[in-house]
Parts: sequence; C-alpha cells; structure tokens
Amino acid sequence: MTSATLAIPRARAATRRLQKGRMWRPIQRYPIGFLGAAIVVLVVLLAMSADLITPYDPVWQIDERLTPPNADYILGLDEFGRDVFSRIIYGARVSLYAGIVSVIAIALPIGSVLGVLAGYFRGWIDTLLSRLVDIMFAFPALLLAITIVGVLGPSLTNTMIAIGIVYAPTFARIARGSTLGVANLDYITASRTIGAGSQRIIVRHVLPNIAAPLIVQTTLALSTAILIEATLSFLGLGTQPPMPSWGTMLGTGRRYMELAPWVAIYPGVAIMIAVLGFNLAGDGLRDALDPRLRVA
Amino acid sequence: MFGVSLLVFMMIRIIPGDIVDLMIGSELYVSAEYRAELRAQYGLDKPIYIQYVNWVTQIVHGNFGISLRNNEPVLGTILRRLPLTGELALLSVLLSAAVAVPLGVISAVKQNTATDFVVRLIAMVGLSVPNFWLAAMLLLMTGVVFHWQPQLLLAPPWIDPWTNLQQMAMPVVALSLALMAIVMRMTRSSMLEVLRQDYVVTARAKGLVPSAIMVRHALKNAFIPVMTVLGVQLGALLGGTVVIEVIFGLPGIGRLVIDAISARDYPMLQGTVLFIATMFTLINLLVDMTYAYLDPRIRYA
Repeated sequence: MTSATLAIPRARAATRRLQKGRMWRPIQRYPIGFLGAAIVVLVVLLAMSADLITPYDPVWQIDERLTPPNADYILGLDEFGRDVFSRIIYGARVSLYAGIVSVIAIALPIGSVLGVLAGYFRGWIDTLLSRLVDIMFAFPALLLAITIVGVLGPSLTNTMIAIGIVYAPTFARIARGSTLGVANLDYITASRTIGAGSQRIIVRHVLPNIAAPLIVQTTLALSTAILIEATLSFLGLGTQPPMPSWGTMLGTGRRYMELAPWVAIYPGVAIMIAVLGFNLAGDGLRDALDPRLRVA
Repeated sequence: MFGVSLLVFMMIRIIPGDIVDLMIGSELYVSAEYRAELRAQYGLDKPIYIQYVNWVTQIVHGNFGISLRNNEPVLGTILRRLPLTGELALLSVLLSAAVAVPLGVISAVKQNTATDFVVRLIAMVGLSVPNFWLAAMLLLMTGVVFHWQPQLLLAPPWIDPWTNLQQMAMPVVALSLALMAIVMRMTRSSMLEVLRQDYVVTARAKGLVPSAIMVRHALKNAFIPVMTVLGVQLGALLGGTVVIEVIFGLPGIGRLVIDAISARDYPMLQGTVLFIATMFTLINLLVDMTYAYLDPRIRYA
C-alpha cells in the first residue's frame, strides 16, 4: 500500500464534493450498493417499528394451529397457532440485535484495537497477536462458533459472544495490515516530529485512515453474523424459544414443513433478504471506499 | 512448518481449560467421593498443565481419549465417520467448480452485459441463502411436489454407487450453493485481471481463436487464485457439513459435533474439533504448496 493508492478515495470524495448539487450521481454510480442499503434500511425500520406494524403479539397463540396464509394471517399460523408474519417482523429485531452486538460491540472494537496496537507498536505485541489470529483462523468459522456455544451453553447471549470471538481475528488482521501501511507514511513521521504522542497519532492520524476497510468489513460481517445466528438457532444452540428468531422458527417449523410449508419458507426468505441487503451494501461500500479490496 | 506445529499445539490448549470445569458442572447428583474418584480416573485431579501435557502426549500417540457416552475410542469413531463427510465435501467442491468456473469465465468475458449482471446477481443471492433453508426447501420440493425420496438406508459408494449418488445429491447441492457463488466471483475477478495482461493481448493480436486464448492463456493463469479459494473452502465445508448432516440425517463428522454437544461428551467434542481443525490446517498448507507449484514465480521460504 502506498500513498498513491490511499489518495484515490479522497480524490474521489473531492470530485464528489464538486458535484454537490447532483445527489443522484452516487446512486447511479453504485446502483446495487444503494439497493442493498435500501434493503438494510427497510429491515431496520421494520424491526424498530415492530410494535406498530405487527397485527398480533409474536408469542400470542390461538387455537388454530398451522392455519394456511389467509386474509387475517397473511403468512399463516405456526405449530402453536402463532402469527408467522408477526414473528418474522419481531425476528428481524433478534437478528439485527445479534448481528450488531456481536460485530459492532464485540468483534469490531476488540479486533481493531488489538490490530492497531500490533500494527503500530510492532514487537512482541504484534508477534503474540499474529500467532493468536493464526490459531483462530485454523478453525472453520461456523465450527468454532458452534463449539464455543456448545461449551458455554445454548443462549442468545452466548451466540453473540461466539460470533464476536469468531470475527474479532478478521478485524484484527485488517486493522493490523492497514496500520502497517500508514504507520510509516510521511504525515505520521511529521506529526511525531512535532512532538505528538502515540495516543494522539493513533486516534487523530491512524484511525481515520484505516477506517474505510474496517467499515466495509463490518457491513460484510453483519451479513455473515446474521447467517451464523440463524444457523445456531436452527440447531437449537442460539436464540431459545419462544423468542422469535428466524433460525429458531425454521428449526422448529421444519418438523411441520410437509403439512404447513409456510412455517419454514418465510423465515428463510426473511434471512435471505436481510443477508442479501448487507452483502450488496457491503460490496457497494467496498467499491466506493476501498477499491483495492475489490473482488468482483 | 514450525508455525503449523505451534498452531496445532496451541489450539489444543484453548479447549481443555473449559472442558474440565464444565464436565464436573454437568454431573449434578454425585457424592464428593465419587466425584473425586471420577476426577482421578480421568486425570482431572492433577494441575491443568499436567493434564494438558498428558493429553497432548496421548494425542501424539494417536489416542484421542474415550467417549464419555458409549466408551468408544474417539479417534475410531471419527475415522469411521470420516468417509461420509469427506465424500460430501469433495463432491461439493467438484460440483461447485464444474458449475462456477464456466459461469465465472462467461461473466468475465461478457463483462458489464446483461449476462454478466444476471450471473453476478445469482451469485449474490447464492451467498445470502442460508444452506439449511435451501436444504429444507429441497426436501420439501422433492418430497411434497415430486413425491420422491432417496432410499433411507445409506448405501456406501463402493457397493452401490448409483443409490449413493441419489442420496448425496440433495446434501451436496445444498452445501454447494454458497461455494459456487464464492468460486464464481473469484473466477470472474481473476479472469478480468488476466484478460488485461499483455500476453493475452499479444495472443489476440497474433490471431489466435478466442476459445484457444481463453483456455490456454487466460484460464490457465486465472485458475491459480480459484484453486486457492477451492482449497480453503474445502476446509470451511467441514464446518458447513455440521448443519447439512443434521438436516439430512447423515452420520458424518459434523453430526458427531452436534451429538457430542448435546450429550456433553467433552472428550468426543474436543477430539472432533481438534481433528477438523487439523484437517483444515493441513488442507490450507497443501493449497499453499500447490499454489507455489502452479505458479513458479511464487516461492515460499
């Protein structure tokens, strides 16, 4: 990584500022990314306004189990006579909550703090952290999450901890790499010359310049975090009933699938839409912020 | 090689610490004497580092311990279940490569056309579909719509390959979709990179048939990163099989993990996870070596 490649995003931002009046420009440029962002915003809004828009309580049961979708219950009733639509909307809360806590509250801060420290100070901190990250990467992500939850005991909290632990190394690696890239640039040296301390340099100069890849990774990790939460819940290791989680709905609904396919179909569609939203948004962000990381 | 040995060495260390406390915590109504006796029997009364050393020594001798549930040796159970999971993972990688590589090439050659857009969109959706949901939908479709279901009793591939393939079809498809998406995206970007290279332009300039350029010049070079992804994902599939094996009721290694968790069979869980992680590491190492072999420009010290 050189100063030239780093300058690209900023050059682009400058160009964009020049065209301030044309607000549609970025949307035209990254239509798919904005589609993803729109899906994410929609899912977030639905989750936030769940109390207002759901027709029924997500755990309220009526004595008409497995009723097919009709005008009253647009996605039908599940095996306990609960409204599938309402449960899916509330399930969005659980999914987003799990994703946000595990990625933004656990993996991102832990990973990036360790990564920045390792990349900035080098030496034994770096050696230790790199070894640790290597070890974590020796486990397939899903298997590691399943094992952690299996050992800690099944619950939503433990699921979030497990996902956080699984993704922290990814953030650490990215933060370390990016920090190594900027740590020797002239402006850092300059700022040290005028007597700035390490803390000031890291906060004022390093962090802003490594933010882009971390933001991109956060978005992409949110999509996989939602998938892993759903997978663990599906296996009965994550969110515990009766709390409505998409994975749990699928896991318990699976047994009634042949009688009542709607119980299993719609939670899966919900997972797919939410994950797709984060994936598209993440890809779009990567194209916009960090062209070096572009894969497709 | 030192790095890898250190890696395996240390990741074993992560697991046992928790296991000891939890194993005792799970035995509710036992007298203190019996507890002490049990601890002594499993060597849990000794300091943690001694236990650890003992455990590693045993592992090195090929003894992964005894299952708490049925007193079978852990390693024997793992090895007995390995072929099924291995077949599942291998077939998935093959299927993914067979479908995704051509799609990726087409997408790259026709960059920014409708075809490219559709293929990329499908790949994106493929990345977002939870594999357990896809598996459930496959079961639903074949069972309810087509009234077809493969024979329940598992047929080993070396005795009845056709029945075995029928039984493996759905799990493999469910497992492959996400991998196909990843491989397709990798093939596409790698092809795009290669197609811009001078030697491809030269080949085109000297009048070679486009298909010859594609296969001989472009794909051959674009394939290296794709190989890497395939190899790395082969390891990741070992994790993915956990869910798939549970849904399709296949007695493989993934299923072993879940069974061990629900039975609180810690030696089994510990052994299986270690085993999978070792496999994963070995596969990655193998991929790295293949990488250096395929591209002589890359040399590892």
